Amino acid sequence: MSDKQPNIQPGRLDKETVESNFSDLHPPLQSSEARIEAERCYFCFDAPCTTACPTGIDIPGFIQKISSNNLRGSALTILTENIMGGMCARVCPTEILCEDACVRNIPGDKPIEIGLLQRYATDPIFENNTPLFTRKPPTGKHVAVVGGGPAGLACAHRLAMLGHAVVVFNQDKKLGGLNEYGIAAYKTVNDFAQREVDWILSIDGIEVQTDMALGTHFTLKDLSDEYDGIFLGIGLGSVNKLDIPGEDLPGVENAIDYIGKIRQSKDKTTIPVGKNVVVVGGGMTAIDIAVQSKHLGSSAVTIVYRRGPKQMGASTFEQKLAQTNGVSIQYWAQPLRIHGKNNVAGIEFETTNVDQNNSLSVSGDKFHLNADIVFKAIGQTLDNQKLGQELSNLSSKRGKILVDQTQATSMPGVWAGGDCVLGGNDLTVSAVQHGKIAATAIDRALGAPPDG
Amino acid sequence: MADLTCEFLGIRSPNPFWLASAPPTDKAYNVNRAFEAGWGGVVWKTLGEDPPIVNVNGPRYGALHANDRRLIGFNNIELITDRPLQTNLDEIRQIKKDWPDRAVIVSLMLPMQEEIWAKYVPMIEDTGADGLELNFGCPHGMSERGMGAAVGQVPEYISMATSWCKNVARIPVIVKLTPNVTNILPPAKAAMDAGADAVSLINTINSIMRVDYDTLQMHPTTDGLGTHGGYCGEAVKPIALHMVAEIARHNETSNLPISGIGGITDWRDAVDFLALGADNLQVCTAAMIYGFKIIDDLTDGLSNFLDNKGMSSITDLVGSAIPSVTDWQYLNLNYVEKAFIDQDLCIQCGRCHIACEDTSHQAITCSVDGRRHFEVIDAECVGCNLCTSVCPVEGCISMKAVSDGIDARTGNPIQTEKLNWTMHPNNPMKKVP
Repeated sequence: MSDKQPNIQPGRLDKETVESNFSDLHPPLQSSEARIEAERCYFCFDAPCTTACPTGIDIPGFIQKISSNNLRGSALTILTENIMGGMCARVCPTEILCEDACVRNIPGDKPIEIGLLQRYATDPIFENNTPLFTRKPPTGKHVAVVGGGPAGLACAHRLAMLGHAVVVFNQDKKLGGLNEYGIAAYKTVNDFAQREVDWILSIDGIEVQTDMALGTHFTLKDLSDEYDGIFLGIGLGSVNKLDIPGEDLPGVENAIDYIGKIRQSKDKTTIPVGKNVVVVGGGMTAIDIAVQSKHLGSSAVTIVYRRGPKQMGASTFEQKLAQTNGVSIQYWAQPLRIHGKNNVAGIEFETTNVDQNNSLSVSGDKFHLNADIVFKAIGQTLDNQKLGQELSNLSSKRGKILVDQTQATSMPGVWAGGDCVLGGNDLTVSAVQHGKIAATAIDRALGAPPDG
Repeated sequence: MADLTCEFLGIRSPNPFWLASAPPTDKAYNVNRAFEAGWGGVVWKTLGEDPPIVNVNGPRYGALHANDRRLIGFNNIELITDRPLQTNLDEIRQIKKDWPDRAVIVSLMLPMQEEIWAKYVPMIEDTGADGLELNFGCPHGMSERGMGAAVGQVPEYISMATSWCKNVARIPVIVKLTPNVTNILPPAKAAMDAGADAVSLINTINSIMRVDYDTLQMHPTTDGLGTHGGYCGEAVKPIALHMVAEIARHNETSNLPISGIGGITDWRDAVDFLALGADNLQVCTAAMIYGFKIIDDLTDGLSNFLDNKGMSSITDLVGSAIPSVTDWQYLNLNYVEKAFIDQDLCIQCGRCHIACEDTSHQAITCSVDGRRHFEVIDAECVGCNLCTSVCPVEGCISMKAVSDGIDARTGNPIQTEKLNWTMHPNNPMKKVP
């Protein structure tokens, strides 16, 4: 393999093109469109869409309120169940959740655009910073929430509503977790993640301490000494390794870090991007980095996934999105080694298949892809280096924290939710539900009556 | 191709669709455009005495919109023509000359004085118009002055004015009835007995469209004050059909020719009116919403329908549904239907279940053996047709007659002989057979 300098540079496209590439993926509905779309809803009994929503939003209920132009009521219906209903309207894979369950699919009709309607109903709340929730009288109880991502914020908000005093410890400067650092920019334009965070915090009763990481700046012991309850929404701080030769070469990047870099940059033409980009993995993160690389001007972007389109974590919609944006997806191949002397030059794959038991095996056919950058997007895991000591007292399984149905961990007084727990599924909406359930459980544990 | 030619009171028109007396027939310009588009006839906007009335210069119309902005109900507070009588008469004369094959009827509204009728009717006839329509239906404005619906609501007044008109008229006289009455038969009969050649119905219905949610005034208003207007459009069709059918099915009035009006928007509405006894049709709101071009679908659709039915002209269709219309007391109480859900078409929305569960007879399941499944419980179903009505999938739920065996709901055997209320044992007034 040659060892010429990798072709990585910023500004492959002019600013105007890049801005247009990073504009809203799903532009919001106009009011006439929303009314017509709302009218298409059948207002199902025991609606399958609601059942399919991890947070159980009363979807026909909020849609009926759009139809009657009761937008405040509609937003309240949504945000009562899902405080991040604004972000979820943008990033939820509705095509595998609520919209997949829509009964209009059964005769082959187009499902209701639930995500877009949810955005239509909630946008005015964030635009005008309209308060919708009030706090119960103070309980005098203090709860520490570790992690200011979707799980932590959902938990904090619900706890604040219930009258508890909450402190959120966040390791990053900005709250929002992956909403802020881990999602493609075109899914949440105009700094929406921060506007949502600001609105959530406006309920009062939530103190935020940034640049505070568990295991670095404080310990669980510190918290349990000081607080009546602890919620861990610490996400997954470490990226899974490929464990192949060449992985340490410059140019091998964690997709999630790069996504964060793109999100945080004011001028996206300043972000260096490779000419040839290879993404290893099959989830939303793989799609997000691949499409954004393309949008920044990479000429060849290939996602390589070791199984087929059906097994891919990214939905069919996301796969198509990547493909229509010029990304090629190579299914059934896994990486063997990364080539290059001083930098990445290419990556070699071996094709795969599955036997009857669905276990993966290699077929022996090999191929090579030139790459200036290789992105790793094969999932994340708890950062045991930082947290090992802290988490040693919590039961865990497959590298994730074990919780019960109320999100309680094995350690009394400690609850957890979001991606860091077993059963977390990398979705904002699921993390919010965990936070919500945990808040109710914490409230009970702190003495609220069962129906309180 | 079926023949759409209509002969109504001896007045021939190439199709049965006339534009009703209203803004679309206010002047020659509009009428020329209507005839160019293919309309069979017009009823000229109502003429009155000079000096002409004055209309408001603010909103004359109010609308009931569906969420997709489809206009399903409409109302107006416009009065009769506000142009000088002679202008109208001149234009009518010219139109009739230019369009000899089209029906030109002139609507008329005059005070309750015989000599006034005697004065104006010949002037109108002199234009060459084919017929007169007496506006006893307009429910706003003019009714406050003792005309329009103020006449149509009192059979004696209908009778008086109709006979004054008939005394001098040589051309056919149609009496236009107001629906703002509890029973349409006495006004219809009064018109007939006074010599009217036909009735036309319905005129518009007293209505207020809504309030303005910002100002909390009624909407629309004229400088902050509003008044009730006449309601029309698709939403009023069922009311009109009932009134047309009442006249068509009752012995005393069954021979009275009817020009059917009220919400006709497409050819299917025309079929409704014709089958329920109308001999001729008038349209206004649909034209005001979509323009005159809708005549293409009205005529084409009706013609295709007649062809499919093997009917050669509209007269084959007129009144064909009337034998199926009766009083409640004559309905067969031994007849049993049950709803049936076609599981292949069911999309699992559950609307039938919740409608029946909350508001009717708890006769549709929501789950069977722990899975989402909607199925009619024959032992509870009274055959009410609610589920069929709310089901979003056409043809998914149908009503099926139970012709033998046991009615699962009552446990009684299905009776094949008919039994109506007049004979029913529970009826204290039952007729002895």
